[in-house]
Amino acid sequence: MITIYFFAGMKEAAGTPQMTWEIEETTVKNIREKVKETYPQLHQAEFAMTAVNEEFAGNDETVRTGDTVAFIPPVSGG
Amino acid sequence: MEQKRNYYITEKPLDPSPLIQQVIRPEAGAVNTFIGTVRELTEGKRTLSLTYEAYKSMAEKKLEQIGREIEAENKDSRVAIAHRIGKLDISDIAVVIAVSSPHRDASYKGSRYAIERIKEIVPIWKKEHWEDGSEWIGDQLEQTAYNEKGPEEGTS
Repeated sequence: MITIYFFAGMKEAAGTPQMTWEIEETTVKNIREKVKETYPQLHQAEFAMTAVNEEFAGNDETVRTGDTVAFIPPVSGG
Repeated sequence: MEQKRNYYITEKPLDPSPLIQQVIRPEAGAVNTFIGTVRELTEGKRTLSLTYEAYKSMAEKKLEQIGREIEAENKDSRVAIAHRIGKLDISDIAVVIAVSSPHRDASYKGSRYAIERIKEIVPIWKKEHWEDGSEWIGDQLEQTAYNEKGPEEGTS
């Protein structure tokens, strides 16, 4: 199982802070597709940055069961 | 204890003193402290309050990464950074950065680098609340796009 986190505007648009996907192995790119399929209103899933296990990761990154994937919309701390 | 850590996200009001204490040491001749506060007016629009949200575990790692980047650039610098989340009122402290170094120049540079870097790589988001609504703020650096690997490289 892979756990996927949403924050800020994406969390509000999804109506939930997280979702899970029962799959052994996939890629960040496929996770974007899965999220768009599950929450069609989450158009940010197309281009928001992603982090795998709390490190920024690109579309080709492999994601395995037990990993966490977070969508990171443009940050605005400080 | 939160106060003994150099990098943390907290829902409690921020006090700069413990962060300054974390970086003060005999080798230092300068401590530069940056305090970011909640501004009421932005381009004429009145903010009532802000809500900050963080991906806390990753945000703390990224604050630490920023500190290590500063210490790699100036090996005699020491860094402590804390960011508050939750609901903040006007003039509340949102972020505190303390950088110590043997001489003042490195402490100014380190402090400036830290706040700019926070706005690039630390997963914290700000929601502005106005009289007529609210909105999540993003892209404060007006970057049109990040490269595929994220904003890890290329800026300093």
